[in-house]
Amino acid sequence: MKHTLLAALVFCALPVLAGTPQEQLNTFSAQAGAKPDPARGQRLFTSNHGREWSCASCHGATPTGAGKHAVTGRSIGPMAPAFNPERFTDPAKSEKWFRRNCNDVLGRACTSGEKADVIAWLMTLK
Amino acid sequence: MKILILTALLLGATSQAQAGDHGASRGPILPKYVQECAACHVPYPAGLLPAASWNRLMNNLPQHFGTDASLDPDSVRQISTWLNANAATTRRVPAPPPEDRITKSAWFVREHDEVPAHVWKLPSVRSASNCAACHTTANQGVFNEHAIRIPRQ
Repeated sequence: MKHTLLAALVFCALPVLAGTPQEQLNTFSAQAGAKPDPARGQRLFTSNHGREWSCASCHGATPTGAGKHAVTGRSIGPMAPAFNPERFTDPAKSEKWFRRNCNDVLGRACTSGEKADVIAWLMTLK
Repeated sequence: MKILILTALLLGATSQAQAGDHGASRGPILPKYVQECAACHVPYPAGLLPAASWNRLMNNLPQHFGTDASLDPDSVRQISTWLNANAATTRRVPAPPPEDRITKSAWFVREHDEVPAHVWKLPSVRSASNCAACHTTANQGVFNEHAIRIPRQ
C-alpha cells in the first residue's frame, strides 16, 4: 500500500516538475553536466549539418512566429515559449520531437547539452 | 431524445468527410490520428488509401517520405487499428498506389487533371500533399468542390 502511494506521488509530481521550459532546461543541463550556451543553441538551430534541412528550414531562423513544414507546407506554431506557452511543457512531447528532428537535421540523436543549448536560446527570444 | 440529437450533431460535426466526398469515413475521426499525424500534414481521410498501404506506412514511420515520424508503439497501434477500420475498400481503390502515395493514386491523378502545371509550382502550393493550399476545408477532412480556392501566387 505504501509503495502504491509512493508510486502515485512520484508519478503525479514528475509532470509538474518538468512542466515548464525552465525545468526541462534544468533537466537537460544536469544530464549534460554543463551550463547551457544560448549562442551555441542558435548556431545549432540555424545551421545546416551536412543535410538538406536545418531546424530553421521549418521553424524559421527566428522562431518567434509561425513556421512552415518544408515539404507539406503545414503551419507550425512558434517555438519560442514567450510566443507559444505550450512549448516545452510536456517532456514526452519534447523528447519525441527532438528524437525525430535531430535525426532529420543531424542524422543522429541530439545530446542533452545540445537540447539545453537550444531551449536556452529559445527562452532568450522575447 | 435531446441527447440523441446532440450526439448526432456532435458526430456530424467531427465526422471526417461529408457525403459525396472522397474517402468519406464511416465514423468520427480518431483524435489521436489528428494529434499525431496532422502535426505535419493535413489529416488525410483514412478512406483515401487501402489498408495494405496504411499498414506499410505505419510500420515504417522512422522513414516516412524522407522524414523521421517515429511514434511510441501504443499510439502506432491505436492509429493503425482505426486506419484499418476506415481504409479504402478494394472497390474504390483496387490496388495500393505507387509508393503508397495518395497523390499517385489513379483517382487522384484523374480528379486533378484540370489543375494547370504552374499551379502545382506556386510557392503557396509546392507539393501535391499540401491539400489545404486549394481545399480550404481540408483540415476538417472536407474536400468537396465548393470549398476549392486556387491561390494566385
